[in-house]
Amino acid sequence: MEALLEKLTKTFGPAGSEETIRAVILEETRPFADDVMTDNLGNLVISRGKMDQETVLVAAHMDEIGIMVTYIEEKGFLRFTNVGGVRIETLLGSRFVFRNGTTGVIGLEKQKEKKDPGFSAYYLDIGVRDADEAKKQVQIGDTACYEPSFGRQGRRVMAKALDNRAGCAVLIEALKALPRSLPLGVHFAFTVQEELGLRGATPLAYRLNPAYGLAVDVTRVGDTPEPEYKMGVSLGQGPAVKVKDSSVICHPAVVEKLKSTAEKQGIPYQIEVLERGGTDAGAIHLSREGVPSGVLSVPCRYIHSPGEMVDLDDMENAASLLQSLLQEPW
Amino acid sequence: MLIQELSNLPGVSGDEGKVREFIRGQLTQMGIQHHVDTMGNIYARSRGPEKEGLDPGLMLSAHMDEVGLMVACVEKSGHLRFYPVGGVNPWSLVSKPVKIGKEEVPGVIGAKAIHLQKAEERKKALEIEQLYIDIGAKNKEDAEKKVQPGDYACFDTRSDTLADGKIITGKALDNRAGCAALLELLRRDYPASFTAVFTVQEEVGLRGARVAAYRVNPQVALVLETTTAADLLEVKEKDFATTVGRGPALTIRDGSVVTHPRVLERLIETAEKEARPYQFRQFTGSFTDAGVISLSRSGVKAGVISTPCRYLHTAASLLHREDWEHLVEIADGFVRSVHEKGLE
Repeated sequence: MEALLEKLTKTFGPAGSEETIRAVILEETRPFADDVMTDNLGNLVISRGKMDQETVLVAAHMDEIGIMVTYIEEKGFLRFTNVGGVRIETLLGSRFVFRNGTTGVIGLEKQKEKKDPGFSAYYLDIGVRDADEAKKQVQIGDTACYEPSFGRQGRRVMAKALDNRAGCAVLIEALKALPRSLPLGVHFAFTVQEELGLRGATPLAYRLNPAYGLAVDVTRVGDTPEPEYKMGVSLGQGPAVKVKDSSVICHPAVVEKLKSTAEKQGIPYQIEVLERGGTDAGAIHLSREGVPSGVLSVPCRYIHSPGEMVDLDDMENAASLLQSLLQEPW
Repeated sequence: MLIQELSNLPGVSGDEGKVREFIRGQLTQMGIQHHVDTMGNIYARSRGPEKEGLDPGLMLSAHMDEVGLMVACVEKSGHLRFYPVGGVNPWSLVSKPVKIGKEEVPGVIGAKAIHLQKAEERKKALEIEQLYIDIGAKNKEDAEKKVQPGDYACFDTRSDTLADGKIITGKALDNRAGCAALLELLRRDYPASFTAVFTVQEEVGLRGARVAAYRVNPQVALVLETTTAADLLEVKEKDFATTVGRGPALTIRDGSVVTHPRVLERLIETAEKEARPYQFRQFTGSFTDAGVISLSRSGVKAGVISTPCRYLHTAASLLHREDWEHLVEIADGFVRSVHEKGLE
């Protein structure tokens, strides 16, 4: 799990620029697939089992937050906008990397007042002398993600893009461990552009028209000093079964299925009610005539920062729970 | 009274089971066949002959759900932290009684008492983070015997009447008044059948209506709603939005839909012909199921008619019975007119 997580989090993949991460995931999953499909928007689907019966769509988004170049100044400094929910307080001093490896550090203009300066006061410095030199490496519209870094202390991992490469890793580990024969067809989907508003999952759910939906994504925790939101979820206490977030009220039958499977297998779990934030299940459950959907969450601290943190036990328990769930009749 | 019975039932978004069972009971009594989809929307066909290839296909809808709360976590002390489900104003919550979960455990919403608040605290509206639900538990362990994170909490308000029965008060008049109107229409015979949908999860983002519109695939849709009446002290008349007692409100535009001009014209024509009072909603904000219905598939001609209602999304709202009665008759006339003349 740790090696896979390191590989996935170190890979480039801001929302809308998922080619590199898609190729890495495809390489990991192809040997275990009965069928492989990449749709028009770039969603990758690894299918297992019979597709002429009811199917379940298990989705983890592979995109991450990042920045996009909007303007190149005469001296070569890059102005940028956010791609997804970049937290402004994480910017100053952060390093960002483009697909071609060009790296920069973020600077901030002098502030007259002590208030939120907004994105327009920040710039990315890629160490060039002028605009001509900058344009040899970067163009307007290019995206960049936090510079990769991966660390582990005990069972806890710190990295960028654990949102949602953690979910991708759970899918991949569950896929690898599944037996040949399954009670229903399973689509493992690695979706694009979740961070921009569940954009990949929307047409994908329409195309696949599944009987059930399950998103696997990270969720916030309430176990840090003065947390931003009141939550019952803690790091290391097991994967979380979501009841509600701002995109979905999970179908009671799917919530029950997750809980009963965890109890049967002796896998620890927590109940999650998230005030803010959405997942691909928000898009899947409203597709066509409605799809009963739920969410299996990996508890994660410092979401949307260069140093997100998950617990490897939670990750492994999430993968076991998913794998057991897909062997149950629905 | 039907509105009052519906108002008293708990039915926070995503937890509409008790309202759904009540409505299904009413439909069964009327001998109307119906079915329920995976989200919990109810679909029924009104009395009247099924006309083959009838154009336009007509759908009337009302949402069953109401705003409320959900338990987020249980504190060591046994107090429950919660989040709103739908648009709830935190300042309206303090000291309101609620019922929690399937067992309807009683509780009251608490906050720091006024004599403990500092002067500057008294000047600020309370926020959700400063509130909790008190179920009288000794501690976390004691509380968790009765409630869990993820349990719903619903206002515990009994509907009543004021002004010699003309005014109805209660929680969830938004939108049990619309449900009651749709049930009333379903009691009647029509020259052709229409599809009635009681939708779920409107208050959290028009979710039930989205899948319902896809399933029904109508040509024309009318949403029966309640809307805000701001005819209050300290509000100038230009800002009233709607006024209680001046007839049902027709929406020209809200934050989610522009009522289709043919639908609006026909509603006005019907009201004028039947000499029913009506008003225009003088407010272009907020959302209704018509928003997602109008954008379903290749587009639907959709409109909204509402009963004006004061104090929406709180533990106690009120409406005028006659506004609601006029709404029923205008909607009835609209259905007959669309069946008779189409809507081109």
